[in-house]
Amino acid sequence: MEKAHSKHNWKSNTLPALVTVGPLTLILVLLVAIPLIYVVVMSFCSIDQYYNVEFKFTLDNYKRLISPDYMKIYGQSLLIALVTTLLCILIGYPFAYIIARTKSKKKRLLYMLVIIPFWTNSLIRIYGWRTFLGNNGWLNSILQTLHITNEPITFLYKQGTTVLGMVYCLLPFMIFPLYTALEKLDGSLLEASSDLGAKPLVTLREIIIPLTSGGIFSGSIMVFIPCLGYFFVSDILGGGNSDVIGNLIERQFQSGNNWPLGAALSIILIAVTLILVRIYKKMGGDMESLGV
Amino acid sequence: MKRQRKAKCKKGISIIFVTLVYLFLFLPISVVVVNSTNATTTKPYLSWKGFTFDWYIKLFENDELLGAFGNTMIIAIVSTILATAIGTLGAIGMYKYKFKGKGIIDALAYIPVVIPEIVLGISLLTIFAKVNIPRGMLTLILAHVTFSVPFVIFNVRARLAGYDNSIEEASMDLGANRIVTFFEITLPVLAPGIAGGALLAFTLSIDDIIISYFVYGQTKTYPLKVMESIKSGVAPDVNALSTLILIATIGLVILTQSGLFKKKKEN
Repeated sequence: MEKAHSKHNWKSNTLPALVTVGPLTLILVLLVAIPLIYVVVMSFCSIDQYYNVEFKFTLDNYKRLISPDYMKIYGQSLLIALVTTLLCILIGYPFAYIIARTKSKKKRLLYMLVIIPFWTNSLIRIYGWRTFLGNNGWLNSILQTLHITNEPITFLYKQGTTVLGMVYCLLPFMIFPLYTALEKLDGSLLEASSDLGAKPLVTLREIIIPLTSGGIFSGSIMVFIPCLGYFFVSDILGGGNSDVIGNLIERQFQSGNNWPLGAALSIILIAVTLILVRIYKKMGGDMESLGV
Repeated sequence: MKRQRKAKCKKGISIIFVTLVYLFLFLPISVVVVNSTNATTTKPYLSWKGFTFDWYIKLFENDELLGAFGNTMIIAIVSTILATAIGTLGAIGMYKYKFKGKGIIDALAYIPVVIPEIVLGISLLTIFAKVNIPRGMLTLILAHVTFSVPFVIFNVRARLAGYDNSIEEASMDLGANRIVTFFEITLPVLAPGIAGGALLAFTLSIDDIIISYFVYGQTKTYPLKVMESIKSGVAPDVNALSTLILIATIGLVILTQSGLFKKKKEN
């Protein structure tokens, strides 16, 4: 219809186009584009003595970004994100593979069992970990009852605990795209490969991984980027010893109250996101598959 | 024989591995469920003082907690309806019509999905402060619509990919106008995608902590209430409410998943 009548139908299509796309455009422009532009503007603003934002141009916020204290936290945050992503691949890949390749009716059940924790409030689950790992927590009680240790072991407030919490929160984001990719994998290819004499590891390296690399990429993006911002995980489990960039930003918008500095810190996250998404697209990644 | 044993061994390792991952996923949830029946009444509510169901009764006397839960439900329902309507219309319009700036709108729709939530949260906070919108229910709903709209678009778009335009033509040729065609033809065909998007929007809204954290003002949602109580120790009634929500979630997951799978088979 559009093609045949496109010319004289243009006018009659303006109204329906406006009605359908108009509200969406309004939301995206007013609540996504303008706020983000405003954050960029604010990152160049200064503050007065009452910590109010002043629209006076300054580069001070950016100068403060390169202070050694902050640099240490960027490094730490990137390291936590990197280790979390790798762990998610190492756990998520074989896991998704086994579930996707399950032939019986159990497959549906197995998949549902991944969704259920994902739909339970993440904060309360992270608190569950804290209860489990605390000095008076379950794990220490078990260890002490079994006389493996006499003194409680401090599990909390370490970088490793933050990584555990991040892996816990973000693992489903790795499993879902991998599962989708692995489910599409044609089983006969694997049979052909093994019939032709390839060892399982060769089949994995030459067939399975190349064919599912899209899932690995989108999963990695969906784990790595949020990891830089999940301040509540490091707050609850890391107790200030394993801050991520998100903690720095959160502080400026809560207690620190230096919004322009917080805005400048956010620019780092925006930059990292843009770079990673660009790489992802260059490698042939599909943006749509980032949508859970 | 040897091959068989090897296959069995492989299967055994797979089962052990998968079980361990599920244990990992469900361990903190079981902590929450067990602690909801803990008879302890002293902060930080960690030591085990025996089994009780009292917290499930006390929960209904905790107006603050129930109020927060009510806020969460109101925000989730309203923002889901809005996001689903806006996202569905938008996806259809983007699919059917050509217009200037379409590429920009398309690119903007990806931002809430890929950008760290904290950036979206603070950008909304700064703009709400700038234009003097008081933080509360309204700002929470606007924020939730913003981050869930793209997920509705993606879901509807996936359904549109296999959409046959000729049935709309047929409908209009038979005398139905645009609006009738939209409600009688377009919507029913897209329904599974719309439902999937709405479900996702709803769950994202209920679970959101980071974005809500920056725009809530005085209107606390249930996750924010949990966050506040974490400092002093989460009381067992919070665990009790979480357990009830968990049970509802399991029901919802079973309902939707079995429904989806059935539809797949029909196709």
